[in-house]
Parts: sequence; structure tokens; C-alpha cells
Amino acid sequence: MPELLLELFSEEIPARMQRRAAEDLKGLITDGLKKANLEFADARSYWTPRRLTLVVDGLPETQPDLHEERKGPKVGAPEQALAGFLKAAGLSSIDQCEQRETPKGAVWFAVTEKKGGPAADVLPGVIEAAIRALPWPKSMRFADQEFRWVRPFHSIIAVFAGTALSGSVDMRPGAVAFGVETKGHRFLGSGAAITVSGFDDYIAKLRDEKVILDPTERKASIDRQLREAADREGLTIKDDPGLLDEVTGLVEWPVALIGRIDDAFMEVPPEVLTASMRAHQKYFTLNRPDGSMAPRFAVIANMEAEDGGAAIISGNERVLRARLADAKFFWDQDRKTKLEDRLSDLEKVIFHAKLGTVAERVDRIAGLAEALAAHIPNADPALCARAARLAKADLTTEMVGEFPELQGLMGRYYALDQNEDAAVADAIAQHYSPAGPGDACPSEPTAIAVALAEKLDTLVGFWLIDEKPTGSKDPFALRRAALGVIRLVLENNVRIGLKDKALTHGIFFKLENASIDGEDLLRFFADRLRVHLKDEGVSHDLIQALFALGDEDDLVRLVARVHALRDFVNSEDGANLLTAYRRAANILKAEEKKDATEYNGAPDPEQFEQDEERNLWAALSSVAAQVGVMIEEEDFAGAMRLLASLRAPVDAFFDQVTVNADKPDLRRNRLMLLSRIRGTMGSLADFGLVEG
Amino acid sequence: MTSATAQDAEPLSNSFQNIILKLHQYWSDKGCVILQPYDMEVGAGTFHWATTLRSLGPEPWSAAYVQPSRRPTDGRYGENPNRLQHYYQYQVILKPSPAESQDLYLGSLKAIGIDPMAHDIRFVEDDWESPTLGAWGLGWEVWCDGMEVSQFTYFQQVGGFDCNPVSTELTYGLERLAMYVQGVESIYDIQFSDTMTYREVYHQAEVEYSKHNFELADTDMVLRHFADAETECASLIDGGVALPAYDQCLKASHLFNLLDARGVISVTERQAYIGRVRTLAKACAEQFLKSRGHL
Repeated sequence: MPELLLELFSEEIPARMQRRAAEDLKGLITDGLKKANLEFADARSYWTPRRLTLVVDGLPETQPDLHEERKGPKVGAPEQALAGFLKAAGLSSIDQCEQRETPKGAVWFAVTEKKGGPAADVLPGVIEAAIRALPWPKSMRFADQEFRWVRPFHSIIAVFAGTALSGSVDMRPGAVAFGVETKGHRFLGSGAAITVSGFDDYIAKLRDEKVILDPTERKASIDRQLREAADREGLTIKDDPGLLDEVTGLVEWPVALIGRIDDAFMEVPPEVLTASMRAHQKYFTLNRPDGSMAPRFAVIANMEAEDGGAAIISGNERVLRARLADAKFFWDQDRKTKLEDRLSDLEKVIFHAKLGTVAERVDRIAGLAEALAAHIPNADPALCARAARLAKADLTTEMVGEFPELQGLMGRYYALDQNEDAAVADAIAQHYSPAGPGDACPSEPTAIAVALAEKLDTLVGFWLIDEKPTGSKDPFALRRAALGVIRLVLENNVRIGLKDKALTHGIFFKLENASIDGEDLLRFFADRLRVHLKDEGVSHDLIQALFALGDEDDLVRLVARVHALRDFVNSEDGANLLTAYRRAANILKAEEKKDATEYNGAPDPEQFEQDEERNLWAALSSVAAQVGVMIEEEDFAGAMRLLASLRAPVDAFFDQVTVNADKPDLRRNRLMLLSRIRGTMGSLADFGLVEG
Repeated sequence: MTSATAQDAEPLSNSFQNIILKLHQYWSDKGCVILQPYDMEVGAGTFHWATTLRSLGPEPWSAAYVQPSRRPTDGRYGENPNRLQHYYQYQVILKPSPAESQDLYLGSLKAIGIDPMAHDIRFVEDDWESPTLGAWGLGWEVWCDGMEVSQFTYFQQVGGFDCNPVSTELTYGLERLAMYVQGVESIYDIQFSDTMTYREVYHQAEVEYSKHNFELADTDMVLRHFADAETECASLIDGGVALPAYDQCLKASHLFNLLDARGVISVTERQAYIGRVRTLAKACAEQFLKSRGHL
């Protein structure tokens, strides 16, 4: 079956756009093929910095013939209706139609056979349309052309079944005609145009011209070369999948080379060296067997030089020396100023126009961290306050100015350099964490306090100025902050009430009278908690059933209750009792509506007529008496087990007792008893919200 | 069009001035007008009217020139081996952008002794934008063995106007290139001529201008001059003269840079100043097109 080969050749496409563009090209072409009724077996896309390539296998030589049937008017219909039908069907005479019997009588049918055209006639249009529709994040015009592409567009290979398709892309003015030629590696290739007849020929000739077309193969080659080169030095490559992807898009013929880092720079923290090498130079870091950073770097060149890369390595080493000289200068310079002496500079940095400067924020976080220390086991309030006070100071250092991603981490180095307590230094480094689901959560008391304070200040602050996330918009990353609080609290068993006045009344904002809607903030946490617990397989209705109690703002206790509730609902007794609860609640709801009253309160034991009533009342009273204590002691599993013991008396009650008795007093008393089921269970969760 | 005598002569050394001469020769051979620097203080070769204004309108235009460039905040009192407040850019503008732009550029590297077969030359995404000029383009920074040696841009817009046709703009950092081909680690060790180093030519100036930029410039006066240049630019536009107006626009731009170096412009004010310069640049671009009958 014939194959289609397509190559769009241009000047260097930004690495970050290549994969997406190749996938878009594949999507656009295959959609076009489907619309043209051209079935195919397989379509694969490839890319290098200079080319997007697509190969489609198993195409037919011609489009399939189309058999079309069109139902028309009844036989004997007016002339006008027949004429309209013939026109729509593209026929000239009713003799070309056939009569068919239907349940509604004889009806005219137009049956047309459409002959499929040669695929080679259809494909150029599909290709041209795909090229015009291909979206780029940023595109440009070239010379006097209106045609837009990511960079100047030079040539197209369009080969079908071994022969060039005839067609072109309009550059307005001018055109790039479809052809069978491309070029190899910019420097290592022969420089001459290469002519191809199909994909196998194309990929083999490109390899001869020092181009590895398949990005997967290029990436594997880079990975292998890096490992081998490191191995020769007795070192290992520090894994960096993001960088590996990026450099794969920067080369057509990868060659790994190892260079040296001058010893003079090795006193600079390794993270700084790596950041500088990675961001500016796209170099890989190498480690010694003990895990420490080796004075080496790896670069992926796009060149096989005659001198074995000596000049390339020496050039890269020179560039790195200049880069690292800057980094070392920052490192030396920054350490001349103590972190606390930088705090005045934070007065000039605006955190948010309505929330003041970073210096003010630091004051608040320090106060909050100190207050939180009381709720965190083994936390020293003075250390927490100290760490919070210094946590943002590194924002004014030259190093963080140059490498913002090193914030916190540099603070730790500078803190250790000025002999701060190790706990303070670590807290500075970790106070932005956890910054995402994959980020480690601080677990040391000081770090927990500062990290929590940092996030709570953010949340409360933006709630105070009513800048809450809406839909997909969350410019201040408040959802991430809330998730961070949830993880910090849950993973470290930190017991705080999120409706605490210290938080909800702008005390730390020096705004005694300003307060936020604590319920609203709590709902925001509930939403985030749902997301967080979904991974544990806890469905959202259970969380809602507990938030509905209204008084639960301690996330640790809340989650313990959620777990107990989940286990309860999943148990046989629990599921049964839930059914009984719903029955009770439904009866009450209906009768309350009928009587326009609410049944709440204790039944009168004197009016019980059946043992089932007496037994249920005894069981409810006993459970009610114990469950309060158990909640107090946070034995939620025990409380739920106790609740499950109600199943037998409740079932017996519903089996044997008629609630809507004829005697009004008796009916009323029984409804009161039912309301106690609702009330007793309701102290543990709003079971009405539990689904399933 | 290399003459017979040039072929017979000793090859030129890699001195700073010879690099310039070789680039001049190369781009002259490629049909460029070889211009002299713009006699205004500018931050980059792009600001020369030969690039900004001439990239507007339909007329073909190819030019190459050296532009002394000033970035007051980059001054380091002559102590940093890699940073200067005054340096040279070599600038080429080719309009309309030739299909073989990349090859032409690589040819110029060969002309100054960088053989692409011995080095690792790469075109790495780097889009260019000048908020003060209301200009942008797409292109790359060109790397030679990991070092950025040039900016390569296809101009899309200048002064808020679409470039039609699009031009190719090449900017070479001459000091960096010289350090590279000469194999020296400090700007000041560059051989300027065969007998004179960069230090001998420029070190005193770096020390003195750093002092001027960071300590001595009278900010009140500079603020006044900024306002004057702004007013003058507007009135020259009213008078229908684009090029003299553009002088004033660039004067304002440089004075803003100086104020920035003196640290008297806050973050919020910064945006406002840039906006004021951009307004001038747009007006100049508009007047330039009007004067040439394209608007």
C-alpha cells in the first residue's frame, strides 16, 4: 500500500515548540485524509530543529467509490417537488431515479455512484490546507511574504507512492513547490541537496548526512553518550529529564563532550553552579560516586569536529568561567551583608499594592510563626520567629536576583554562613514548600511553623482584599497555598483551628477591625481538601457531610472523622443504618411538611406502647451519652462503632412499629423518637449528605 | 571583489580593529552601505536610524556599521573583565530579508576566523523586543561553543508599524568576539590594534564614566534634559522632520537609562518613562513614513 512522506524544512524551530508542531501536523493531515475518505494504516511524526516530518502508511491509490442514496418525494408528487429533488441530487431526469415501496407507498430514490479520484490528486490539497492551518505559539512573516511560519520556511518534500506530488504552498507572493529534495546537517552534511523516494530512503540518506531524524533515537543517543562519557571519568550524570528533552531539540547530530570546572568555583554552592550551567548553557551536572558534585560538566554539541571537540570544549570552558565568575562574585558579595541587615531593603519591595511591602509581610509571618509554635510539638517560638524574620531576606541578594529559582536555598547558605541555628537555616530553605504535589513537605518544627505562616498570611491577606481565585484564574496561586497548608497540617499532625481569630481577624495585618468571612475561607479549604483526599479514595460527599456540621475547622480532626465515616459507610452495619437513617429522615421530612412543624426533642417514655420503641429509646440514650465523650476524646472510630450498634434496634423499630399511628399523641411521640435517630447520628456527620 | 594586492598581503591579524575591517570588507562585498556610527548616545546598534527608521517602508536597504553603545547600569569601574558601560556592536541590516540570511551570517563568521567546521555553532531561540522602540522580531541568539556571539532577528514591527518587507538584523558583540578569537579572558586584554590593548584605549574612560553614571550625574538636571528632549521631539514632529525628532527621542532614551543607573526611578515610574519614550519613537516612525510618502 502506498506511503506518503512529508517534510517541512525551515530555519531553526525553537526547541520548546517542535514536539507540539509535529503532533499538530499529524493531526491536521490525518483529519484531512479522513475527510477525503482516504483510509490509512499508520501515521508517525518526527522532528529535528530544522524539520517537521510525517509519514503515513497504507494509503490507497484511489479514493473509494461512493454509493449515495437519497430519498425523494412520493411517486406522483407535484412537478415542482420532483424538480427540486433532482436538482439537489445532481440529476437531470426522473428516469435516473428508482421507485421503491415503503410503508407510506411508493417513493422516488436517487442512487448515485461517485467514482473516487486518484489519491495523488487529492493529497496536495490536504497538505496545503494543513500547512496553512498549523498553529504556532508565535509566528513571523519573511521578506515581502504574507505567509506566516515560526521561522523562514524553505522547502517541502511531498512524496506519494515513490513519486513527487504536484502542488505548492502559496507564500503570497511566490510559492514553495512540493518536491523530493532536502538538506542534511548544516555543517556535517555534504551541503548538496539529497533526493528521496520514500521514508526508508529518506531516513537512511539523512543519517548519511549526519541527521538523526527520530527524536526518540536522538534522545536515547544523548542519554547513552552522557552515561558513557561520565563513566569514563568514574562519574555519574545528574538526571535532568527536562534538560534532556530540551537539548534533543537543539541538535540533529548529538555529540556529548565533557569539560572541566575550575577548582576555584567549587566552593560556590553546587545548586548555584548547576543553576548557572543549566539555565544559561544547557550543561549537565556530573556527580562523584559519593553524590557530591564533580568539577566537570557535560555539553551536547551538534558537531563532530576534526580535533575531537578540543576547541569546542575549550570554548565552552571559557564561557563557563565567565558565567561562574559572576556567580562567585555574587556569592562573595552577598555574604558581606548579614541577612537581618537586608530587611530594610525589603521595605522597598512591594508584595501587593493593597497588602504592602515584603517587609510588612515578614513582620506578619514572624508574628504568626511565633504564635503557631504553640500548636506544633517541640517548636521553639523564638527560633520560629527568627527563621520567619530571615526567610525572605535572600530576595535582595544578587544571587537570587540572577537565579530566582534559588530563593530560600540561598537564604539557607547565607544563614549557615552567619552561624544561624541549623533549624533556622533549614526553615528558610523550606518555607516555600510544599510548592506542588511532588514537592517534599517540611517536617521539622521550625520549618513547619514558617512554611505554615507564609501560606496562611498569603491566604488571609488575599481574602482580606477580596482577591480570590475564580474559575481557572488563580494569579496568586492561592489554591496551591491552601493545598500546602493542608499537607503541612495533616502530614505533621498540627492542630490549629482555621477559624481562629488570629487568622480571620486581620490581627497580624494590624487591622483589628478588618475581618474575613471565615466560613468562606473554610469552604475554600474544603474544596482543596476534597481534591487532596480524592487520591485516598475518599469521596467528596463524606467531606461535605462533616463540613456541614459547621464547627469543624481543625483539619487533622476533620480528616480523622472523614476516615471513620468512610469505614462506617463501607461496613455492613453502617450501610444498613444509613438506609434506616434515610428512612427516618424522609418520614420526618414528609410529616414535618404536612404538620408544618419541626419534630425535635425527647419523646415521652410513658407513651411508648411497644418494646421496640422502648429498646430503641434506651439504645439511643445510651449512644447519645457515650458518643459525646468519645468525640471529645477523638475516638471517632469508636463513636462510629457505637453508632453501628443502633442498627438492630432501629431495624426492629421499623419492622414492628407503625409511626403514623391513629392516635395523634402516639404518632407525635414516635416522630419525636425518629427525630432522636436523626439527632444522635447528626452529631457525628450530616448523614443526609452522604451519597451511595 | 578582493583585489590582487589584498590577496598577496600578509593576512590581517585578529586585532579588534581588524575584526571590524574584515566585517566591513565582507558586508561591503555583499552590497551593504558601510555607514559610520550614529553620533548620539544609544544603548545598542539597533537604535541607529539606519536600522530602526530604515526598516520601515518598502525601499530595499542594506547597511553595516559599528555602533558605540552605552549602558550606564553595566559600568563596573573598569574592574569586571566581562562588563562595560561603553562597548561596540557591529550591526547589519538587510532589507528585504534574503532567503540565504543564515548562510550570509555564517560567511561573516568565517571571514573573521571562526570556522564552523571546528566549532559548535547553534541558533537558539531568542525573540527580540524593545519596549522603548515599540519593536519586536523573532530570531535567535547565535552560539559559538556555548557563547552568545550574535543576535539574529527578523524584524516584524518597529515603532508600532508592521515591517513590510521584513528585514534581517544581525548584531555582533565585538568585544566578546574579539576575546574569543584572541583567546583572552578579560576585555581589557583584547589587542585593539597590533600594538595597543583595549585597556590602554578605554580603561580610564570606564572608570570615569562609571563614576559619572553612578555618582556624579546631576539627576535634577538630567530630569530637566529628559523633559526638554521630550518636548523638542514632539515639536519637531509637528514641524514634519522625522530624523531630527528621532535624535531627541534617543536623547530622551539615553537620559532615562542614566536616571535608571542613578537609581532615582522607582519600579512603577520605570514603566511610565518607557511608555513616554515609546510614544516618541512611534511618532518618529509615523513621521518618517509620512515624509517618504508611505502614509
